[in-house]
Order: sequence, then C-alpha cells, then structure tokens
Amino acid sequence: MAETHHKEHPKYMNIFWWLLGLTIVEVAVAIPEYATVLKAILLIGLACGKAILVANYFMHLKFERKTLAVIVITPFLICVFLVFMLMPDIMAEKRLEKFAPQSGTATKVIDTSH
Amino acid sequence: MEHATTLEQTEDVYEPSLTPDSLGKLGMWIFLVGDTMSFGALLAAYAAVRAGAGVIGWAPPDEILGINLTAFMTFLLICSSVTMVKALEAIQNGNVSRMCTFLGLTIAGGVIFLGLQVYEWNALIKHGLTLTEIPHHGLSGAAISGSTLFGPAFYTITGFHGLHVTGGVIYLIVILIHGLRGRYTAEFNHEVEIVGLYWHFVDLIWIMVFTFIYLL
Repeated sequence: MAETHHKEHPKYMNIFWWLLGLTIVEVAVAIPEYATVLKAILLIGLACGKAILVANYFMHLKFERKTLAVIVITPFLICVFLVFMLMPDIMAEKRLEKFAPQSGTATKVIDTSH
Repeated sequence: MEHATTLEQTEDVYEPSLTPDSLGKLGMWIFLVGDTMSFGALLAAYAAVRAGAGVIGWAPPDEILGINLTAFMTFLLICSSVTMVKALEAIQNGNVSRMCTFLGLTIAGGVIFLGLQVYEWNALIKHGLTLTEIPHHGLSGAAISGSTLFGPAFYTITGFHGLHVTGGVIYLIVILIHGLRGRYTAEFNHEVEIVGLYWHFVDLIWIMVFTFIYLL
C-alpha cells in the first residue's frame, strides 16, 4: 500500500516552460501584419497545442481511460461542426453585401446610432 | 469453476463500478464537457458576428484591446495551473502544509487575474468601448471604425470566463479551508484533484479566449 501513496507525476515544470514558450511564440506571431488566413492557422494551431498540453498533463487526461478522452473530444468536434453550421448564414450576409450601399453609407449608419 | 471463469471474463469486458472518487471525477468531467459547449457556442457566435459584420467591418482587436496585459494574465493563469498540480502532488505525497501553501498561491493567482480583468474593463470603458459603441481612436492614435457588436461580444465572452474564475477562486477557498482542517491525506484527496480539473479547465478556456478575442 505504501507505494500507492507516492504517485508518479509528470515533470510539471517542463510543461510550464513549454506553455510559456508557446505563449511567447503566439504573441510574436500575432504582432506582425501579414496574411490573415496564415495568421489564423498559426494562432489556432498554437492555441490547440497549449490546450492539449494542459488537458493531457495538468488534467491527467493522458493517464486516464481512453473512453474519457473520447467523451472530452466530442464537444470540441461539435463546436467545429457548429461553426460550419453557421457558415451558410455568414455566406448569405456576404452575398447580400454585393447589393448593399457603398461603405460611405455604412459609416453613416454607425453615426446615426449615436 | 466454470462460473468463476465466466465472472473473470465479465470483469475483463466491463469497466469496474464507479467508486466515490471516480464518480466525483466523472461528474466534474461531464460538467466541463457541457461548459465546453457553452464556450464553444459563444466563440462560434463571435466568429459569425465578426465574419458577418459586412461592409461596416470589424475594428482591429489589437488597436482597441492591446495584448501586453492579457499576455501577462495568460502567464499568470499558467503559473496558477502549475501551483495547482503542485498542490495535488503534495497531498498525494502526504504533505498537507505544502498542499495548503500551493493552494494559497493558486488562489492568489486567480485573485490577481480577476483584479487585472477589472482594471482592463475599467480602462476599456473609459477609452470608449461600451455595449453600444467602440472607441473612435485606437491605442496607436489612428481613427478606427467597425461594428458596434465588438463591445457586447468582448464583454460577454471575457465576462463569462471571469465568472468561471470567480467560481474557481471560491471553490479553491472552500478546499483550502477543508485542507487546513485536516480533511485531506495521502489516501483521501480526490476533492483536491477535482477542483484541480476545474481550475485547469478555466486556464484552458482562457488560452482559447486569448487567441480568438485578443490575437486574431
């Protein structure tokens, strides 16, 4: 029984340095001006990497049953699905822009809200 | 003998029954899965509102929000996650006072985070970011314009996360009080692990909020 009192733990400080490093990279990637799509892919990729580190090591998901990992991943997949479900609505708005008045009138719309 | 073999086979096939420890942990995981959906829906709605801003456009977040303070807040939450796992590690090794110290540091991290969020909101409101308006000038001094939905989207998502941090700090204080009263030992500590799950989830969500709201 005595052995069970002293559980093996991952090297948490290593995870901390990884998270800190990825945060610094994120900020460095976010500051310069360049293609929005590339920036979005890089930033979302880095954020997902950090989230996986937190879930796997701090929340010990890596050491739990596989079933739990499947349960946890499901809502993330549903969230991605949710974004795609909203795409037709966003695209419809973009199509309507073609028939919308020019940007000068749009600024006027903001002004009238004051 | 045949009956015994069948029982052994059954145990191999099915997972063991839930114990009080695993039941609590599973309960927290189920709550977190539901909460992920809440944040996921908010972030998806944010994406839809931003992409659908049309000709009015979306003001650049770095011009309104700035990222230096929030980058530090992210660092603070990461540090508090480390102190949280250190608290769990301490009690699993039977060291109650070390667990209480690390729990105290985790609470301090949460309180400082909330203080900084209040400071940030106050500065943004003074700068002109409200539920109905956006500032006329960015942090660089350049004129900015865009959808007035920027404010509601920002305050809803960061406010919802702030509420989670507040709940987490209260939850951690309760666990710390239990710890100081000697409730936890090397054998009985699943409640510390469960509060840790919640706290790391709050950290994980902030990683996403920081990326989507501040950096993109």
